[in-house]
Amino acid sequence: MTTATLSPPATLSNAASFEARAVKAGARRNRLLSLPALIIIGIFGVLPLLIICVYSFLVAAPYGGVQWQFSTDAYLNFLFQRDIFDDTLQFTPDFLIIYLRSFLFAVVTTVICLLLGFPTAYFMATRPPAQRNWWVLLITIPFWSNLLVRTLAIMFIIRDEGLINNALLALGVIDKPITMLYTNFAIQLGLLYAFLPFMVLPLYSSLEKLDFRLIEAGYDLYATRRQVLWRVIIPLSKPGIIAGCLLVFIPALGAYVTPLILGGGVHLMIGDLIAQQFGSGRNWPLGCAQALILMAAVLVALFFYVRNTSGKMQHG
Amino acid sequence: MAEPRTIDIKDQPGFRSIAIICLLVLYVPVLILMIFSLNSGSLVTHWEGVTLGWYGSALRNAEFHNAARNTLIISVTATIVSTICATLAAIGMTRVKPWRGLSAAFMVINLPLMVPEIITAVATLSFFALIAGMFGLNFGIGNLILAHTVFCIPFAYMPIRARLEDMDLTLEYAAADLYATPWNAFRRITLPLLVPGIMSGAALAFIVSFDDFTITQLVAGPGQTTLPLYIWNQIRRPMTPEINAISTILLLVSILFVSVSFLIARQRAK
Repeated sequence: MTTATLSPPATLSNAASFEARAVKAGARRNRLLSLPALIIIGIFGVLPLLIICVYSFLVAAPYGGVQWQFSTDAYLNFLFQRDIFDDTLQFTPDFLIIYLRSFLFAVVTTVICLLLGFPTAYFMATRPPAQRNWWVLLITIPFWSNLLVRTLAIMFIIRDEGLINNALLALGVIDKPITMLYTNFAIQLGLLYAFLPFMVLPLYSSLEKLDFRLIEAGYDLYATRRQVLWRVIIPLSKPGIIAGCLLVFIPALGAYVTPLILGGGVHLMIGDLIAQQFGSGRNWPLGCAQALILMAAVLVALFFYVRNTSGKMQHG
Repeated sequence: MAEPRTIDIKDQPGFRSIAIICLLVLYVPVLILMIFSLNSGSLVTHWEGVTLGWYGSALRNAEFHNAARNTLIISVTATIVSTICATLAAIGMTRVKPWRGLSAAFMVINLPLMVPEIITAVATLSFFALIAGMFGLNFGIGNLILAHTVFCIPFAYMPIRARLEDMDLTLEYAAADLYATPWNAFRRITLPLLVPGIMSGAALAFIVSFDDFTITQLVAGPGQTTLPLYIWNQIRRPMTPEINAISTILLLVSILFVSVSFLIARQRAK
């Protein structure tokens, strides 16, 4: 492309950066251009988060919404149930169990996505460039496709009269359909299906930049294929692995559509639990408190990510 | 006799099979859903023959029209507003002297990507309930447009910013050397070079808005059904292949916009 031939030779880069400073100083007021985006996200994105912080300390109104009266009941209700007769608090692990279940679902999803996604991303990164683009497009399409529709596709396959059961019945392997829909298995399958592309793409963009001379060096030093994989390729792609795990773990933990459709309202995850408080549960403060607890879990995950990646930079 | 074996150093055993399995796993369920949209039987699971009738009945359905109209109003408006905001913000955050709060601003722009969707959904619902209760403000379908604009901005922002960072600054300096005013340099040099980034960003913003279910479901008021909400309402009734037809239309729209965005973005790599 023409832009490449126009870039200044290395010796000119000092002059260029001097000029850059001059241009940039002249364009100092450009920073005001970020205001519209910041104002919109500030008012309609950040402020609502502050509002649910406030709401979580209020009392639920009988028909949804809140009453402006301070209370920590929402947080207490997370772990305890108030006895109607003697007003004592009793430990109820119901919500905690749903949180732990969701955590488990998210961890299993992340691990299996990594096990499937890493070889896929590596295979993609080692294709010739023309083929590589096709692979990237083929993984990018499901990444951006409608999650509701993709989940529906899974539902059609695993339901009692779905493709898998019909095929097994026709082959005579089973004589009555295996119930798969509305089970934990269905949710787990749906999560894997939903988030696999979220693992492959960041892994690919990290593996694509891999310096294959290092692999050659490994073989020169009599490393086996497995050793090269575990001691050269995987350590080098750690940033991609961490980014991919985060991109799968966070949305899987807060998944809403998948358990809604494949769990059938029987097997809940955090996302459904929160939405329920705003619907039939009519307990907005409790829903807000549950959302904030989920947010705290996400922040912990992000904190580990930032710590890991910034540690990486320090060590070079 | 031991012959020196030549091995492909990049190769890892079994990785090809896993990659192909992943691709099949990702595509087979969706392809089956699409194929059944052509089923002439009225069941979503038993194949009887080929017809385009379900597309016809979907396209004649008044509820579908209404949902499609709402979806287009929301996603087109949200795409235009968010792409403009994202373009301005990307310029304001790359073509400037680093300013105090730049990294904070970057975090704010990307916030909608980090917060799980269900949290954004209930927070937005609470926010609109609060302003409706306190000030009697209700923007109707505008509520959904605003909610969508918020999460569309970071998606539009990413490719635009990437383009600005990749862009060769020499041309902009040359314009400045030739006494172009900053506005003229922007309009005649930066903007034309930025167009692919803007198109790519707009395509992504459109897809995420067009496909959004979680936030729309919680924030939408009565009569504000969008296409994903329409599908969700259909799932809870006895299903006919009409739902496959509508799902296929949605998937084809996604595929079209992803491919467009992808092809535009690839131009840069050349």
